[in-house]
Amino acid sequence: MTRALLLVLSLAAFSSSAWAEVHISGDSEPQRCLVGGNIAVHSSCGTGDLGVVIERATGSVLVVDQSDRASLCRVEGLGDLSHASLTFSPDERFAYIFGRDGGLSKVDILGCAIDKRIVQAGNAIGGAISDDGKLVAVSNYEPGGVKVFDADTLDPVADIPMGGKTVGLADAPGGRFVVAGWDSGEVWVLDHSTDPKDPAITKIENVGANPYDALMIGGRTYLVGLFGEKGLSRIDLWADPPSAERILPDYGKNEPDLPVYKMPHLQGWTLAGDSYALPAVGLHQVLWADARTGAETARTEVAGQPVFVTARPDGRELWVNFAPPDNGKVQVIDAVTHQVKQTLEPGKGVLHMEFTPRGREVWLSARDDNKVLIYDTRTYEKLGEVEAQAPSGIFFTDRAHRSGL
Amino acid sequence: MAATSAIPPQRAAELEHMVIQDCGSCHGLTMKGGLGKPITPADLEGRDPEGLAAIILDGVPGTAMPPWRPLITEDEALWIAAYLMKEKVE
Repeated sequence: MTRALLLVLSLAAFSSSAWAEVHISGDSEPQRCLVGGNIAVHSSCGTGDLGVVIERATGSVLVVDQSDRASLCRVEGLGDLSHASLTFSPDERFAYIFGRDGGLSKVDILGCAIDKRIVQAGNAIGGAISDDGKLVAVSNYEPGGVKVFDADTLDPVADIPMGGKTVGLADAPGGRFVVAGWDSGEVWVLDHSTDPKDPAITKIENVGANPYDALMIGGRTYLVGLFGEKGLSRIDLWADPPSAERILPDYGKNEPDLPVYKMPHLQGWTLAGDSYALPAVGLHQVLWADARTGAETARTEVAGQPVFVTARPDGRELWVNFAPPDNGKVQVIDAVTHQVKQTLEPGKGVLHMEFTPRGREVWLSARDDNKVLIYDTRTYEKLGEVEAQAPSGIFFTDRAHRSGL
Repeated sequence: MAATSAIPPQRAAELEHMVIQDCGSCHGLTMKGGLGKPITPADLEGRDPEGLAAIILDGVPGTAMPPWRPLITEDEALWIAAYLMKEKVE
């Protein structure tokens, strides 16, 4: 046996059941990880340049490697992943995947396997992880409300009925979750810091009619999109008590409206410099608003109904994708001039875009081509592609360290 | 079914893809509902295909259901209505 074991590290993960041993072995042997007593399915030991791609029609996900521009393995058996999203554990080892059918799956990225899975409701819309990584909360359409689980075991911790559908669930600093009620027009701040099982609840009333989505910006500002009326609501969580303020009173008030074949995500909002850039509803435009006052300042004509308006991590460019029938295009907008500087046609049915953490490359999911496409964000040249079955959301592990994701 | 006979197989495949993926964005990939109402065969039992086709073509004002008339023909809307009433999407 010539193989020399140079170094054995035992790392205590944040829970006792998740020990990881990292074996860095000698010249002829590839680096291997021991994960929960088993050798990792793929050869990577770190997870910092990995990611997870949702395969929405097959109830599966791909674990992908940003540096290798490749998929490492597939995890199946995750249920209905239409409108699926996920969040990561603080150590970037686990992905918590929220399915439409109420499924909550904890996937081991290194082991490429489902670690735990529960079906916690009949119809769910999204979830979040607390800032200490100990609680995972899920926002439900049916039976409504929010359910909170232990991030390690997925055992139930708290159940907050709220009396109807909930949307826009996000984490906030201090062991809190923030969520909006579709029926009540209220935003609730759930503070689990004192007693995780019995959160202190702060209710913010008169937020607006039928919130359909919401977005946390930087752990301080919670933006609420309204379906039942025009405009948006903005809540400053630093205020005591917090209250809702209307911004962009004309948002969504466009006559004649063009049909909207896919609702823009509020996650499509971006803070670029001193401005928000956001998708118009019912217009083929990206809107710009002053981040301080919330007043509209400019509009950029684009190729279709925008869905996501996503800033490159340095903020200098915004990449925009579109609803059908224009979902084969992606446009790049200059954050300074507000002009479209590139129109790409990367593939059919582009649903989502995710930048590598420092913004050098961007991954685009082309659902109808069954591919994820990788582009250089400076040259706009295609660098590679990854086969995937009807890919939708792409989630890189650096999200583990950002509030609101 | 008279309505489906007018739709060539290739277009029917495109329409089926559209139903599962684009309708599924709101109604769920298995049509059990989400932002949009559930529209499984059980949910649509007793509905009239022409009425459903009209909703598909012209949308439902005041809701997120858009008019699909700019993208599909009346025959294609009828095909989708018949498809939804008959096919269980797994």
